[in-house]
Amino acid sequence: MSPSTPTRRSRLLTIYAALVFAFIYLPIVILILYSFNRDGVGGFPPRHFTFEWYRQLFADGPIWDSVLNSLIVAAGSVVLSLTLGLLAALALDRANFPGKALFRRLVLLPLILPGIITGLSLLMFAVVSGVQLSLFTVFLGHGTALISVATTELFAGLQKMDRAQEEASLDLGATPWQTFWRVTLPNLKLSLIAAGLLIFTLSMDEIAVTFFLIGRDNTLPLEIWGRLRRGITPEINAVSTLIFAVSVGLIVIWYRVRTRGLGADAQELLERP
Amino acid sequence: MYSRAYKTIVSLPPLLWVGVFLLLPYALMFAHSFWAVRDGTVVHQWNLNNYHTLFSKPVYLEVLLRTMRIAASVTLCSLLLGYPLAYYLSFHSGARKELLYQLVIVPLWVSYLVRGYAWKTILGSEGVLNGFLQYLHLTHEPVSFLLYSPFAVVLMLTHIYTPFVFLPIYAALEHIPRPLVEASQDLGAGSAQTFLRVIFPLSIPGLVAGATFAFVLSLGDFLAPLLVGGASSTMISNVVQSLFGAALDWPLGAAISVCIVIVIISLLFLTERLEKRWSFK
Repeated sequence: MSPSTPTRRSRLLTIYAALVFAFIYLPIVILILYSFNRDGVGGFPPRHFTFEWYRQLFADGPIWDSVLNSLIVAAGSVVLSLTLGLLAALALDRANFPGKALFRRLVLLPLILPGIITGLSLLMFAVVSGVQLSLFTVFLGHGTALISVATTELFAGLQKMDRAQEEASLDLGATPWQTFWRVTLPNLKLSLIAAGLLIFTLSMDEIAVTFFLIGRDNTLPLEIWGRLRRGITPEINAVSTLIFAVSVGLIVIWYRVRTRGLGADAQELLERP
Repeated sequence: MYSRAYKTIVSLPPLLWVGVFLLLPYALMFAHSFWAVRDGTVVHQWNLNNYHTLFSKPVYLEVLLRTMRIAASVTLCSLLLGYPLAYYLSFHSGARKELLYQLVIVPLWVSYLVRGYAWKTILGSEGVLNGFLQYLHLTHEPVSFLLYSPFAVVLMLTHIYTPFVFLPIYAALEHIPRPLVEASQDLGAGSAQTFLRVIFPLSIPGLVAGATFAFVLSLGDFLAPLLVGGASSTMISNVVQSLFGAALDWPLGAAISVCIVIVIISLLFLTERLEKRWSFK
């Protein structure tokens, strides 16, 4: 092997990596670029810079109604899944009950199974129990499916927590209730924020489950979905660009709070007794 | 140290909630797969006819095979893109490592729909790519085979799942003790040999985890075929969707869903074992 081979090989590797990055980012860049293109979503090169599509977007009532619906559903889901996820994480960390192993796996199922399976199961449940589909069923669906994310994150937080603090609090005469509010919860603050942001983002973007639980009022992804079927305009590029910007903003916050991946946490949840 | 009351209070609500809103719906799906449909309504008559239909009509097996083919292509493409990227970041990116890592992660949390839509605008017959090709005078007629084909589905899903595949591989590569790599080089192995005999075997658990992610996630996808796939790339979940929608045969749709779940769970079980076997801890 000649001595120059490793450097040539590593240069090739660098070029390959750059191409993969291009593949990952090119569609997003093109999407953003064409949101400013007067002549529509296709063609090349994009000509005639315009804000027209953004102007149309801001005047578009149904889109903003759906944004509001999505925000309501996402906020509700955060509250529901954080509450139940916190309790579930505490239960898995501290209590022994029959069916614990089953419960641990069951909670994670919506994260593992395709959205269509969870969505259709919930649809059947709604139909059988005579509940009319609406934003409320979407909220129940998101809130329930995302308990998986909350439990995973909060369980990881609990595992890292120092139990001695809670013991000290109880020894010094605080009630379990006081200990929970003054010691346990403050210790979990970062995990709660991280899980909340993640749940919020996932709920805002959810389609597969929402698809089957939606009633008359659309969430934002479903509103966009409906429009895609009727033909595409750069207005969708414009709204996508805004969604992208908001996601990136939330991700930046998420990263400030948290550095470990969800996968590692899920692993931990499955492996601990 | 926690009282009985404390344990009850924390376990009971999630147990009840998950029991009612998750276990019950999944059980209902399972039960439906053994029921029948008459005049468009479900009758609770236990039988195995749905499963019999599935295995006797070739169309279902055909779609399942196509779905597996698409999922396997997505897995392979994501590995071909994700593995070298992870290897580059872990061993050759130097000081930019942290920044580049964040750059791979960001698209993970960017809307599925936004990314799918982007491909639609690129691949369409009046799309960006066709405009580009005509601008360069490479073609004069728009190339129409790009969109609404299995190719488009594979491309879109590869784009979405490459970061998913990257993550566990990168984690595995980062966990390889560097002295091991140095020892291999000190003992005279070339860089290719070091890669093949030290680095690659140690990264297999990550590779298996990544491949599983990509395969399982694409297997259940029904939105990509609707968005960029067209009729020629109907996947198994689209069949389920139409059985629950226009065709109004919930029991048969439920039976397919149960099969999908069985495939996924056994796959996860299998790969978990593989990962354990190949990990060196």
